[in-house]
Amino acid sequence: MQKVDYPVLAGPEGYLSPSAASMGVVLPDEGEALVEGRIVPEEEAMEKIAEKLLSAKNPFFFPGPLILWAWNEKAVEKAKAVKEMTEVVPAKIIPMPDYRPKYPTINPREEINPNHPNLTIWHNKIDVCVFIGVHCHYANLALKIVRGGTNCYTIALCGEYGHEDAMITLRDVHTEKVRQLTEVIKRAKAERKGRR
Amino acid sequence: MSANIVKISPGFEEIMPEDYRNLVKDGPYGRGLDVDKLGTFKELIEEHPLCAGCGLALSLRLILASLPNPEDTVIVGTTGCNSLSFSQVAIHNIHSLFGNQNAVATGLKRALKIRFPQKAKDVVVIGGDGGIGDIGLGMVMHSWFRREKITTIMLDNESYSNTGGQESGMSCEGAVLNMAPTGKKFPKISLPEIARDAGCVYSATITPASPKRLGKVVKQAILIARELGPTYVQIYCPCPTNYKFKPQESLKRAKEKEKDGSYPIKEYLSPPAKEFVEGLEVVNKPR
Repeated sequence: MQKVDYPVLAGPEGYLSPSAASMGVVLPDEGEALVEGRIVPEEEAMEKIAEKLLSAKNPFFFPGPLILWAWNEKAVEKAKAVKEMTEVVPAKIIPMPDYRPKYPTINPREEINPNHPNLTIWHNKIDVCVFIGVHCHYANLALKIVRGGTNCYTIALCGEYGHEDAMITLRDVHTEKVRQLTEVIKRAKAERKGRR
Repeated sequence: MSANIVKISPGFEEIMPEDYRNLVKDGPYGRGLDVDKLGTFKELIEEHPLCAGCGLALSLRLILASLPNPEDTVIVGTTGCNSLSFSQVAIHNIHSLFGNQNAVATGLKRALKIRFPQKAKDVVVIGGDGGIGDIGLGMVMHSWFRREKITTIMLDNESYSNTGGQESGMSCEGAVLNMAPTGKKFPKISLPEIARDAGCVYSATITPASPKRLGKVVKQAILIARELGPTYVQIYCPCPTNYKFKPQESLKRAKEKEKDGSYPIKEYLSPPAKEFVEGLEVVNKPR
């Protein structure tokens, strides 16, 4: 297990918070994930995601252009799986259709923009959010701003190597892994119900 | 991007903001529209931070409405007033370091050719007079010398406008600006002629006061570049902010400069380009 030097926790971290990478947090290898700056087995991270989403007051998913636009069959499949996951939680959805800055400002009720994601989070009082299908460079930017200026707990389901600035991040998240996570959430939900 | 993939993933249609639903439903992708259809479709740029009466903003709307294949076009821009509006354009665009646009466009065009050999992917450079005529002139001309198949469009407002109004190579002799208080001391660069001599198979000047002609020139330039070689279009874009006239007078000013010849409207076609355009006209002739 990696020693935690820099815990990646919900903010607000303050203006110009350091990037987690610059503080020594490294990306996980295959089969692993990051939870609050620590490298853990992927299964453990999935359980933690389920717990966070199910105990949230107002969880939201932020799907990005990679799944919102039907640019190939894989994207359509993944979008379908993500939609299913939001229904299982249940969580609301606010899309990030592209990265264009909007003048004079976005409508935070209906979209999120990586250049000022805090507006959407503040406006909708979101306590836990999931980024998925957002290109890496904009996910990095948005996650850092969210951690800097809000107290929202961020989860990044990444198709590549993950994101250090998210409180939890999974890597290699393709359709199959989305479905696997949905099953974990379903099971955790049933267990929570049984405990009541 | 391609026309058949500008669609929303099933299940997310209702979640998308209305703006995007309208782009898919009423945008210009894959429809072969033209400037005369402006107002009947959802445009590729609808919000921008440019000044009231800005000639660039109008020209940009007209350019975007004239693209033969917006879904298969990549715009390469560079520093300048116009770059402030590019982040609002609903097609792929790359912002390059000041003056590097034609070098970036060259690499991009070549890569697209390798990646999509069967497909026409248009790479269009759109920059200001500073980026194309001054800072990046070396790279612009070398892309012409190399006969790169890209279209270069200059939005010529005859000054460095977003930095407070310095003279540019494209300012006219005697032009007085905030930061050229004693007037410019040498004539405007003759870039259309330089373009022709440097290897452009097509070069033209135009103003947004003739929107249909502007549309035709832009479309022609892109189609010729696709087949034959580099093309150059220079558009006069009056700047009310730095040339101190009322925003509502922009078009009047463009018309006057067209009329009195102080912004000469010219068109040069190399023989192969001429032949190509004549072929186009035969194909597009109404029956």
